[in-house]
Amino acid sequence: MSDETPRERFSGLRARFSQGGGTTDASLLLVTMVALWALFAAVGMYLGYDTAGVLGTVQSMTFLVAVYALAVLALNLQWGYAGLFNIGVAGFMAVGAYAVGFLSGSPDATPAGLGLPLPIGIIGAMLIAAVVGLIAAFPALRLRADYLAIATVAMSEIIRTTALARPLAPITGAGQGTRNFPANPARTLYYENPADVTSAPNAVGEAVFGVFESFGVMRTNLVVDMTYTVLLLVVVGLVYWLSRRTGNSPFGRVLKAIREDELVAESLGKDTRMFKIKIFMLGCALMGLAGALWQGLGNGSVNPTTNFLPVLTFYIFIALIIGGSGSNTGSVLGGAVFAALLFLLPTYISNIVATFNLRLPRPNSVIDAFTPLLSADPLPLVGFVVANIDSMRFIIIGVLLVWLMQNRPDGLLGHRKEVASSVDLMRRDRTRGQTAATDGGRTQGGADDE
Amino acid sequence: MSDTEEQPVETSGETGESGDAPEPGTADSAVEEAAKTTPRGVPLRIQNLRKEFGGITAVADASFQVEAGSLTGLIGPNGAGKSTTFNCIAGVHRPTSGKVFFQGEDITGLRPEQVANKGLVRTFQIAREMEDMTVLENMMLAPRGQVGESLFNSVVPGIPAPRFLDDSQRQRWERVVPQGRRAVTRQEEDLRERAWETLEFFEIDHLAGEYAGSLSGGQRKLLEMARVLMTDPEMVLLDEPLAGVNPTLEKKLLKRVHDLREEGLTFLLVEHDMDVIMNNCEHIIVMHQGTVLAEGEADDIRNDDRVIDAYLGETI
Repeated sequence: MSDETPRERFSGLRARFSQGGGTTDASLLLVTMVALWALFAAVGMYLGYDTAGVLGTVQSMTFLVAVYALAVLALNLQWGYAGLFNIGVAGFMAVGAYAVGFLSGSPDATPAGLGLPLPIGIIGAMLIAAVVGLIAAFPALRLRADYLAIATVAMSEIIRTTALARPLAPITGAGQGTRNFPANPARTLYYENPADVTSAPNAVGEAVFGVFESFGVMRTNLVVDMTYTVLLLVVVGLVYWLSRRTGNSPFGRVLKAIREDELVAESLGKDTRMFKIKIFMLGCALMGLAGALWQGLGNGSVNPTTNFLPVLTFYIFIALIIGGSGSNTGSVLGGAVFAALLFLLPTYISNIVATFNLRLPRPNSVIDAFTPLLSADPLPLVGFVVANIDSMRFIIIGVLLVWLMQNRPDGLLGHRKEVASSVDLMRRDRTRGQTAATDGGRTQGGADDE
Repeated sequence: MSDTEEQPVETSGETGESGDAPEPGTADSAVEEAAKTTPRGVPLRIQNLRKEFGGITAVADASFQVEAGSLTGLIGPNGAGKSTTFNCIAGVHRPTSGKVFFQGEDITGLRPEQVANKGLVRTFQIAREMEDMTVLENMMLAPRGQVGESLFNSVVPGIPAPRFLDDSQRQRWERVVPQGRRAVTRQEEDLRERAWETLEFFEIDHLAGEYAGSLSGGQRKLLEMARVLMTDPEMVLLDEPLAGVNPTLEKKLLKRVHDLREEGLTFLLVEHDMDVIMNNCEHIIVMHQGTVLAEGEADDIRNDDRVIDAYLGETI
């Protein structure tokens, strides 16, 4: 159709956007990330950090965005597509993290690992997480959705308390946690002996560190972290691609149908139990991957008293709700917005405010913060919020969530029509001759409505 | 009441009241024997079906059969056991006793998806669409056994046949080498065409891109029928398709049913409304208090004293 009017072309574009077209989504994500990088770089510069400090600020933000994106994408497959209410995300991430430590950790350290190569460790961690998911879900998937939620939250706590159990200390490190994780692949890339902290860099390492030194970045650890973060972004890209393919297919269509009305899906001949088990295992495997790459390889230390608390599950849910459940692009976007703007940015606020020299009063208690309000003096409250921003951000997140639920329950991108199909259903290019032209006009009208 | 005549009943919509109906409580082997000897022209056959909920017997030893290419009506006053019978056939309920045969095969107690995969597909009394899926998605969901319903096929890119192969070699290549996503998109393109054609047949193709949730009640009914057709059924179970439907749409729906019946599709229509059944079904089964009260053509039923009593005696 070469003779289409600009208006038609525009509506075609809109239709493609509302169908979740690949290129627009990629650019949307890219724009978001560039904006976040600029914002965090600006924060770092404003606070007077050196180049390394600014890079570090940006790197730690990107890392958090990437790992959140991974976990949120996994949850989106289960909850967004199939409506499986898994509130044990933290538990499955724990399984992944501990499993990669156990499979690929050094046999000489305590708790001892098996010392298997890292790829085997990561794939093994995903498989183990999938099997644990199967165990949790198998009895519950046959029942109504609410039971799955209870079973998964219970499973998640069982996993965490198991990790804490003293008899398992040789494997999990019990209350001490474990630091026995394989060296992350970025270290392997740059060091002769990646497991050894004092190792000399290899040729690649020398070259890369040299480049950064010429820009005044002397911290080799930062370079390693940055490289690892870039690798993580590649993994996010792969998982995004996998989720998209899974969703935009007849398989994804059945998942959506299960979410909408399981009995109808069954009446149309779909073995819904098999579909649910498959997607639940896939989602758990990806959560395991997220745990392995985040707390495992990324942080390099895991402690069941502070990591993998149920609150982590809720963060991931909030990120998915912000982004728009059911949308893969929304999942990544939600992960980015939550991790960067809601989780990380507030921690810089008290430092930023300090630069203004406002001499804010610093009340010690809530009562001291609120009572001056009676005499129309809001400053103590502002000072109180700024001083306690680390805790306050969770109140802010809660308020935001309530606001979202009331005003934008679909999240940022959940309102879009993301049609589950491997082909554009509105097109009928197989129709012969003149019917194609008439259909073209009509289908555009249909897609245009939203 | 069961008809076990040996000769295939192809055209006649009439079933004899005579015939050697098996006694209730016949041994299973005899039941299976009956199933085997069921002529091909009788796709659905219910034998001594019984369903109890606790102490309440909803269906008490009902037996009937539906002939190929017929539009058979199942009526009865409220509480006659129509819906329970329907649900026992469709696999939602498991019968307490008795048998359901579909095309000579015992399908008693199968799960809903297994029944549907035999080619016996149902609709719902209150049209149940996937509201957050578009009309086309609803349609594309329905076809049975799609390549892309396998997670592997949906994700893995296929390996195309090398160009230097000739056509027959290519075909063999595509059989042996996993075609993954390539096969999925190819099938989806074909199904998409069929979905559009079916939507056109039901005159709702202008709604193709809309969410099913934004359709009116009547449009939903049409979509539900269209969706059932996409499964390529042998036989369709219609659960009160005309409940709450305005007369114009009712006419439209019935026209479609008659069109499809002429193409060889079999229908079992469960309806509350006497008139609809009388005017449209060539064969009518009347249920009352869980059993089959009467069976026959519209005129027979209309003049059957027991039917009149049942309807006037209980509810309208």
